[in-house]
Amino acid sequence: MADAQAVEDRIAVASNWKLVWWRFRKHHLAVFSAFILACFYLVVVCPDFFSTQNPEQTDARQAFVPLQPLHLFDENGWNPWVPAIVGKRNPVTLRMEWTPDPTKKVPVSFFAPGPVYRVFGLFPTNIHLIAAATPGQRIFLLGSDRLGRDQWSRIMHGTQTSMTVGLVAVTLSVIFGVVLGGISGYAGGTADQVIQRLIELLQSVPTIPIWLALSAALPRDWTPIQVFFAITVILSLIGWTTLGREVRGRFLALREEDFVLAARLAGCSRMRIILRHMVPTFLSHIIATSSLAIPVMIINETSLSFLGLGIRPPAISWGVLLQEAQNIQTLALAPWLLTPGIVVIVAVLAFNLVGDGLRDASDPYSH
Amino acid sequence: MNAPPLLRVRDLHVSFKMDEGTVRAVDGLSFDLFPGQVLGIVGESGCGKSVTMKAVLQLIEPPGRISKGEILYQRDSGAIDLTRLPPKGAAMRALRGAEIALIPQEPMAAFSPVHTVGDQIVEAIMLHGAAGSRREARAQTIGLFRDVGISMPEQRIDAYSWQLSGGLRQRAMIAMALSCHPRLLIADEPTTAIDVTTQAQILALLRELQAKYGTSIIFITHDLGVIAQMADHVVVMYLGRVMEEGTVDDIFHAPKHPYTQALLRSMPNMHGETRTALPIISGALPHPFNRPPGCPFHPRCPDAMADRCATRVPMPVETEPGHIVSCFLHHDEAEPA
Amino acid sequence: MIRYIAQRLVLLPFLMLLYSFVIFVIIQAPPGDFLTAYVATLSASGTSINAEMLDALRRDYGLDQPFIVQYFRWMQNLAAGNMGLSLEYRRPNADLIGEQLVLTIALALMSFVLTWAIAVPVGIYSATHQRSVVDHIFTVINYIGVAIPNFMLALVMMWIAFSYFGVSVTGLFSPDFVDAPWSFARLLDLLAHMWLPAIVLGIAGTARLTRIMRANLLDELNKPYVVTARAKGMREWRLVLRYPVRLALNPLISTIGWYLPALFSGSLIVATVMNLPNIGPLLLRALINQDMYLAGGILLIYSFLTILGTLLSDVLLALIDPRIRMET
Repeated sequence: MADAQAVEDRIAVASNWKLVWWRFRKHHLAVFSAFILACFYLVVVCPDFFSTQNPEQTDARQAFVPLQPLHLFDENGWNPWVPAIVGKRNPVTLRMEWTPDPTKKVPVSFFAPGPVYRVFGLFPTNIHLIAAATPGQRIFLLGSDRLGRDQWSRIMHGTQTSMTVGLVAVTLSVIFGVVLGGISGYAGGTADQVIQRLIELLQSVPTIPIWLALSAALPRDWTPIQVFFAITVILSLIGWTTLGREVRGRFLALREEDFVLAARLAGCSRMRIILRHMVPTFLSHIIATSSLAIPVMIINETSLSFLGLGIRPPAISWGVLLQEAQNIQTLALAPWLLTPGIVVIVAVLAFNLVGDGLRDASDPYSH
Repeated sequence: MNAPPLLRVRDLHVSFKMDEGTVRAVDGLSFDLFPGQVLGIVGESGCGKSVTMKAVLQLIEPPGRISKGEILYQRDSGAIDLTRLPPKGAAMRALRGAEIALIPQEPMAAFSPVHTVGDQIVEAIMLHGAAGSRREARAQTIGLFRDVGISMPEQRIDAYSWQLSGGLRQRAMIAMALSCHPRLLIADEPTTAIDVTTQAQILALLRELQAKYGTSIIFITHDLGVIAQMADHVVVMYLGRVMEEGTVDDIFHAPKHPYTQALLRSMPNMHGETRTALPIISGALPHPFNRPPGCPFHPRCPDAMADRCATRVPMPVETEPGHIVSCFLHHDEAEPA
Repeated sequence: MIRYIAQRLVLLPFLMLLYSFVIFVIIQAPPGDFLTAYVATLSASGTSINAEMLDALRRDYGLDQPFIVQYFRWMQNLAAGNMGLSLEYRRPNADLIGEQLVLTIALALMSFVLTWAIAVPVGIYSATHQRSVVDHIFTVINYIGVAIPNFMLALVMMWIAFSYFGVSVTGLFSPDFVDAPWSFARLLDLLAHMWLPAIVLGIAGTARLTRIMRANLLDELNKPYVVTARAKGMREWRLVLRYPVRLALNPLISTIGWYLPALFSGSLIVATVMNLPNIGPLLLRALINQDMYLAGGILLIYSFLTILGTLLSDVLLALIDPRIRMET
């Protein structure tokens, strides 16, 4: 009884964010997904650390090397190793054919020296999460592509690009959506009409053809960085409409609320009413919606890049990596080229689960 | 009364299993309803009135369920226990609408907005074979509309519920409930969502129809004024339990339970002094997960006795013929622990 | 009601005009024109073209004219029913788009029908059996369905078919039928080839639609009119289909207008991966080669179909929902 009372009191005084967190914590799958996403963003911060080698290093003699799965133990206990791969040229097709040789172990170690890179482009170091114990030895945890580049390391770098595109594009969308939706909902009148029609127009165009057309309009000679930002802006230009609509709806509903009227009667300025009184009531909702928008952006970036109209090589993104899997004959030979796709699915799934969890948690009327 | 009761509710328990714990919405409720009687059930919102009625119709939805008790319904062939009928089975469905009908709380939301009102009533008539053809059912519906005082029934039958006023909607709802001449009518706060003048008309209509068809009515409300107008017999509920039960005269002129007395005091009085504050019942309805031990009303009761009310649950006891009260002020019988 | 449709129809040409201008701006946006792209391809293959000929070609195509003149010429031709000539293929755009457009729409419609045929019943089942094992299984499938990019799904399907069954599932016709005239046998062949791309295309949409259907129906199932219907003594499945399902479908129907553009967008990628004769790959190529009138024509057709879809869903919604019908 006293406990129940204490719980009630605790709920009564908790801040909105605490309530959201308490409710979110109940969705175990969402919490787990949040953890996965945190891991992804660790990779984003420093992909080189997680790579085993330079993602650009090519070696024609090591094309299409199959997976060398990481083993942590051998018969003597803790001793990380990967199986060695032996290549033999097929006399008929003249193609290298690789077979794993489990009797030969290539020892690997953690936090070990490998190729030199710069953390944040500043501090040179050569420590990697995983590296072959023998310096210079190449290991292919997820196989290699047609140029003998290491798939694992390329996925790490692709993660940096693709996750960043998603995040930045959604941030831009949120800015567009909140500003334009806010103006539309709070000011009303002509501004509302114009913005409403704009949203309708943008929502009724088939997005991917327009994206393609816009991406095709990017000059060929732009640097990967320029292309990256251009693609991000293009993605967000069309992506803000859903959020804009929602923000507008919220503003329209809130305008009539008593607490807004109270604030106005108390003499608050317009800006203060919007920022201090209205926005906080749906901020958590916006965060939930945008976390559901990120996976859409990721899929779109991947699709665009896959078609050759998004991020372009030498930049690496998940879509760029999947371009290597376009040819079915190649794919039949080297199915591991699809691994970036699995990464995409995991990331999108995690974002969706976290977003759903957040949305449920941020709805004050949900049970 | 000589006839056996039409409905006997015995020790009814309905509980809702939630993540946070179990809510006992109805907790050992018993009452009788005799043929031709109007029984009023009164109590604050959240006291389990509506849940009781849903239990009678077997319309409790998960996570709620009837955990204990009997609901005996008297038919010509003998009494049947409704709690034993499968809720979605044919036997229960044959009773619903045909013998036991419901007038729901919000006439606005109780009609589907995309079907015409007439369509929904014709459907009810056809369902229980009360008409041979749709054309006949339609004619019956128009007749019902006339009975419940809807003007221009031929046009109104093809209207959508949102095209009708609140009063008309509730009249249409009553027409639907009466469409198969039920023996028992459950009216769940039928006048709460309606303005006061229309409310009086609807109550007059219900009384008139009751006299005409001899239907038994269970009338649920939180409004004592409505009870005084409508009911022969009154059950006062608090937190899923009967506090007091008796004839309408007993309850209004000789209330015994402190809760009933408090409810009556908080009613505005035509002859009372003006500009004085109405007495209120102190405290708030407890949180459903937080039921007080002992008598459910004791934390708010002005006459609570320190030695027993907080520890033991008083039983409903018939202290005078036809007058039941659950309060230690009037007897000393407690529920077995 | 009729007035409402008429209003929308009157508005349609103006909307198309607006779209056409935006599209023209976009296809004109890339630096250079078709000829610069053409020269680049030529020089990449080691041949070159002299400057005079280039100028002559540029004049021929009208590429030397100012933007607005080019736009008006395009509009003039379109108004006369002439979609212009493809700069790359040197064939009328209308011919190039022709049959492929029919196949594109056929694929989108098949996918659409599959999506609804699966999503609505599954959504109803999940909502009426909330928290049952089957509901949980469907929920998991839905999450995965939304998470797989459809080109990825196409790749996996093709890879499985190729590596394990040794068949290539690209294209929409068997080799015998590719250039054959239309016949019943060819239609059957088309249907036999189309279901796989239709499924690939529809999976994400199906997953999304199922979730919306489930959520809408769960909302509706709590409404008082459902209790009223139950209190009448109706059979549970009959009352669910007659009342809450009917209401839960309304918002879905209003999203058809957005769903069709999404299908066209998706079909572009799937068609490219699976090498289907579809206007998607044609657009992609036209965009890359700056074959601007071809690209513009295709984009315009996409927009037209989209507007038509929106109009259709609005009319449909008004037909089934009296609240909207009476208002307009």
